[in-house]
Amino acid sequence: MSNLITVSPSPHVHTDESVQKIMYRVVVAMIPALVWSVVVFGFDALRVTMIAIAASVGFEYLVQRYIMKVKPSVTDGSALITGMLLAFNVPANLPWWIIIIGAFVSIGIGKLSFGGLGTNIFNPALVGRVFLLISFPVQMTSYPAPAGSGVDAVTAPTPLGLLKEGLMNGQPISEIAGNLPAATDLLMGTTGGSLGEISALMLIIGGIYMLIRKVITWHTPVAVLGSMFVVAAIFWMIDPEAYIGPAYHLLTGGAMLGAIFMATDMVSSPMTGKGQLIYGVGIGAITMSIRLFGAYPEGISFAILIMNAFTPLINNAVKPKRFGGMK
Amino acid sequence: MLKTFKLGGIHPPENKFSAGQAIQIAELPKVVSIPVAQHIGTPSVPVVAKGDKVKVGQLIAKSGGFVSANIHSSVSGTVAKLDLVPDSLGYPKQAIIINVDGDEWLETIDRSDALVKECDLDGPSIVQKVNESGIVGMGGATFPTHVKLVPPKGMKAEYLLINGVECEPYLTSDHRLMLEKSDEILVGTCLLMKALNVDKAIIGIENNKPDAIRLMTEKASKYKGIQVVPLKVKYPQGGEKQLIKAATGREVPSGALPIAVGCVVSNVGSAFAVYEAIQKNKPLFERVVTITGKSVQNPANLKVRIGTPVSELITAVGGLPEDTGKVISGGPMMGKALANMEVPVTKGTSGILMIPAKEARRNEVQPCIRCSRCVSACPMGLEPYLLMTVAEKNLLERAESERIMDCIECGSCSYTCPASRPLLDYIRFGKSRVGALIRARKN
Repeated sequence: MSNLITVSPSPHVHTDESVQKIMYRVVVAMIPALVWSVVVFGFDALRVTMIAIAASVGFEYLVQRYIMKVKPSVTDGSALITGMLLAFNVPANLPWWIIIIGAFVSIGIGKLSFGGLGTNIFNPALVGRVFLLISFPVQMTSYPAPAGSGVDAVTAPTPLGLLKEGLMNGQPISEIAGNLPAATDLLMGTTGGSLGEISALMLIIGGIYMLIRKVITWHTPVAVLGSMFVVAAIFWMIDPEAYIGPAYHLLTGGAMLGAIFMATDMVSSPMTGKGQLIYGVGIGAITMSIRLFGAYPEGISFAILIMNAFTPLINNAVKPKRFGGMK
Repeated sequence: MLKTFKLGGIHPPENKFSAGQAIQIAELPKVVSIPVAQHIGTPSVPVVAKGDKVKVGQLIAKSGGFVSANIHSSVSGTVAKLDLVPDSLGYPKQAIIINVDGDEWLETIDRSDALVKECDLDGPSIVQKVNESGIVGMGGATFPTHVKLVPPKGMKAEYLLINGVECEPYLTSDHRLMLEKSDEILVGTCLLMKALNVDKAIIGIENNKPDAIRLMTEKASKYKGIQVVPLKVKYPQGGEKQLIKAATGREVPSGALPIAVGCVVSNVGSAFAVYEAIQKNKPLFERVVTITGKSVQNPANLKVRIGTPVSELITAVGGLPEDTGKVISGGPMMGKALANMEVPVTKGTSGILMIPAKEARRNEVQPCIRCSRCVSACPMGLEPYLLMTVAEKNLLERAESERIMDCIECGSCSYTCPASRPLLDYIRFGKSRVGALIRARKN
């Protein structure tokens, strides 16, 4: 009995889960959408993603090492996810220097200025994305044409862009409908759009994987998509010539990407299931009001950032069901 | 659908290596040190002095108050001294040290194995006998049993719950006891029912012990009013409040005792001790202890005399494995890590667990990623991440209003945290500060 033994308070056993494992599961869940993006946009999609990842991880290291003077935590996988998500939210032909600016804003301002992993109020990738959208509106909204969509097309509008443009010109839905992509194209993702948002199917596959591996729960995605569906359906039923059907809204823009990958970010979303439902409904409602009445064709990025700000309030207001009832 | 409690809970690897090992009698130690505080409440008062000859079962320390328990000698021999001995946490505590000489039992104890079913004692006499025999909760909490048997004025017990859950990984002493002493436990249950004046008893057993469920169900059919309820495996189902919820659907209000919902909970080990006390006239001086671990040569369930040093039990199962990094008294979720292998087995020692070095150290603490797994795991519906933060920042009023005192310290939050945050450590710290605040407010 000469061995040195450890003495510490209980519990003495620990799950084999870790932050890294959770983060890498998110990365795995994004791979189907990334692969699809390479199929549709070619090597450019990979180029944008790699630059975004390298810049995000690099800025995380540099800022932590030289400005914050703490031990860099780049191995936890969170900067990798931020980089990937940022890439998913930009056009596949974005110039390299804009991507790097985006990564700097995401990591430096969105994440590390709040203290780093776990303490950021807003989803870092979205902070970067919205910054780029406002600063470089032209580059951020000229999307490359998907492979096989036409010989001479260099850029292609997004399905929501097409819709907005038609409605702005005073055309009724029945007239615009002919120009819009079919639902199957939207599901598969052979349309114009941000790198990772085009294929609803691939994003749903990733979401199901994350549900099975218990990275996310159903609350946030269902609340976001459900409330978008309800709002869209109500307006569509009021005037089908002025408002398009709810399915179109769910399959276009960043709806799936936002609901499955961005809104579910653990750090910036509420802690309880009930809280996540409120948060998700808020995102869905704000997204739809931007889409239906705003100047932008798409609004889920703004909606998520707005609801991120409400997360602490929701956490304070919505408590889990206590054992033994309320006092 | 098997019954279980609703909120939270986890399912750590069970590792019940010793489940197939029949209870064996541990070798008599040469010296025992019997602490006078083995239970929750007032320490007992020694009634023997240095040089006194004692027999097995003889009273050596008298109950120090209502919430206290008698202590009996577990061996025959001579009292060597009354001295301070380190307890499982390392604090020096008063103990009676006895040099063992032979194994001479009090003549009044019935040492035969014959099952005695009939009992003509009335309720109050049973309670008194339980009190005299020094029986405490043997699941680990060590609350004196006779106190539970006398509900406060205006409260009435309706159900007796016998806890055969044994939800802690590794431990198998209750499991073995149910397999080998089923009738005795059932008779003990009947005696407790009589003492409490209730006609319904539920024995809760988790579904990872199908043999015990089968046997107890079969035997229980011959006893009036006892029902065996199989439960889905989920930690911490052996917690009093969780067991009541699982078995009866009732929820003990925050801050209240089980009797508030008409329930009294007792461990199977305690029910067996009650049987022995009443029917065999044998006070509580020995218990079944599981000695186990991943690298232990011969994991075992031993019947051990109270006061036996832990080191002797470790020797009995093949010695401390080379790779041992931690030795725990109790289960891995709520047990205490021992600093000293000479500490004695007490009435609440359910197991001795040897953990390999590679599992003994905690992982590096990472930032909270707000994954809310601790919230989902908490069986009390608390928010451990928040309680840790408010405890750390010493925000005591906030901690109190977030119900920190409801925490049962089951450790599910710390177990489940992917960032390896010391949630329960900070919550315990917060509880002690809030507890002091509440006491100060009362005065």
